[in-house]
Amino acid sequence: MKYLDEYRDERIARGLAEQVAAVTTKPWVLMEICGGQTHTLMRYGIDELLPRGLELVHGPGCPVCVTPLETIDKAIQLALRPDVILVSYGDMLRVPGSSSDLFRAKAQGADVRLAYSPTEAVKIARSNPDRQVVFLAIGFETTAPANAMAAWQAKREGLTNFSMLVSHVLVPPAIRALMVSESNRVQGFIAPGHVCTVMGCGEYEDLVRDFRVPIVVGGFEPVDLLEAILMLVKQLEAGEAKLENQYVRSVSYQGNVPAQQIMKEVFEVADQKWRGIGAIPRSGLRLREEFGNFDANRVFDLGEFTVEEPAECISAQVLQGLKKPTECPVFGMRCTPENPLGAPMVSSEGACAAYYQYRRHAVVS
Amino acid sequence: MCLAIPGKILEAQENDGLRVGRVQFGGVVRQVSLDFVPEAAVGDYVMVHVGFAISKVDAVEAERTYQLLQEMGTLVDELNPGDDHPPK
Repeated sequence: MKYLDEYRDERIARGLAEQVAAVTTKPWVLMEICGGQTHTLMRYGIDELLPRGLELVHGPGCPVCVTPLETIDKAIQLALRPDVILVSYGDMLRVPGSSSDLFRAKAQGADVRLAYSPTEAVKIARSNPDRQVVFLAIGFETTAPANAMAAWQAKREGLTNFSMLVSHVLVPPAIRALMVSESNRVQGFIAPGHVCTVMGCGEYEDLVRDFRVPIVVGGFEPVDLLEAILMLVKQLEAGEAKLENQYVRSVSYQGNVPAQQIMKEVFEVADQKWRGIGAIPRSGLRLREEFGNFDANRVFDLGEFTVEEPAECISAQVLQGLKKPTECPVFGMRCTPENPLGAPMVSSEGACAAYYQYRRHAVVS
Repeated sequence: MCLAIPGKILEAQENDGLRVGRVQFGGVVRQVSLDFVPEAAVGDYVMVHVGFAISKVDAVEAERTYQLLQEMGTLVDELNPGDDHPPK
């Protein structure tokens, strides 16, 4: 077992798809929260294996896509300062701010460096004591413990040239916001397996109870997703609403306790703006006062400002599952991964990028 | 961004109070923080996200689920002998 190829087995996948077809008698709308899951669905054409009427809509679980425009603008502003090294996850580079992106800033001479892990940002700060190193710390709960470790390590080492521009979002408040929205069509959720690996299942049980909506914690491989879909359809057809865990090989009920501890030590829950969606109460994380010296907003006195999204981009509706990327009039025409108008066209988890990469025929036809 | 991939721990050691390991992903070996998985030992598989192991793969559960899924796949093959879906 290597826990990868086995879950891409075509024979098992087709078997599951046939079972889904066998148990589906009515139309249902399911949402996968995580953009990583969206990409698997598109890449393997899983949506095309499903019976007619069983619709998958794509959720807001793409951290790059929901990072506020203002945060991107702040990152660009910081990167252009000669005393700053800006460290970012690679996905953020081409995400459009209001008038530029980090890639263009880099071309203009900004010192923008890519990191695979937040510990690399700390390492860069350690070896460049005469420069200010700012880490663009974005992500969902999956990434929060790792980003928290960067602040924790910097504090332990007494680094004075390291700070973080934090944009952290939480999944359960976003599901809650979707469920109370009048335009909601979603009848069952595939919860994000790696977020739950860290956070456990408790918060999702609350959602199931409050909204009587079935939730299945799902993995990321084709077989995982098909099994999660099958579990959801079985519940819906039986009129049930339960929390189930498909991704048992990684997710336990209580989640990863040491990871939760470091997260709580460094961050606290705060109101958060989601790009394209707007403010959601208590849906984000910010650095605790004890780590205030590592808050780039404070170190550089960045202040608060608001900028408008480009009017043409319908990412707000895409991120809430209200529209498919191919329903956008500029999809694949004026908006492409090379020249994106909105963040979902950039990220390896963005729904628009997934459709563009694997479903170009949908626009051409 | 929330991607996490399974890798096998080849080596684990304490480094300045932090636990790090060498983890193998297919043909690639990387250094990974094992701080969040104190229970994981050499030979175990862990799910790794941005350089941090976030869970030890539950081998028993994984095996059990896989067997179930495989039996189901076999069943489908037997039911549809005309279908050509050779196992990979």
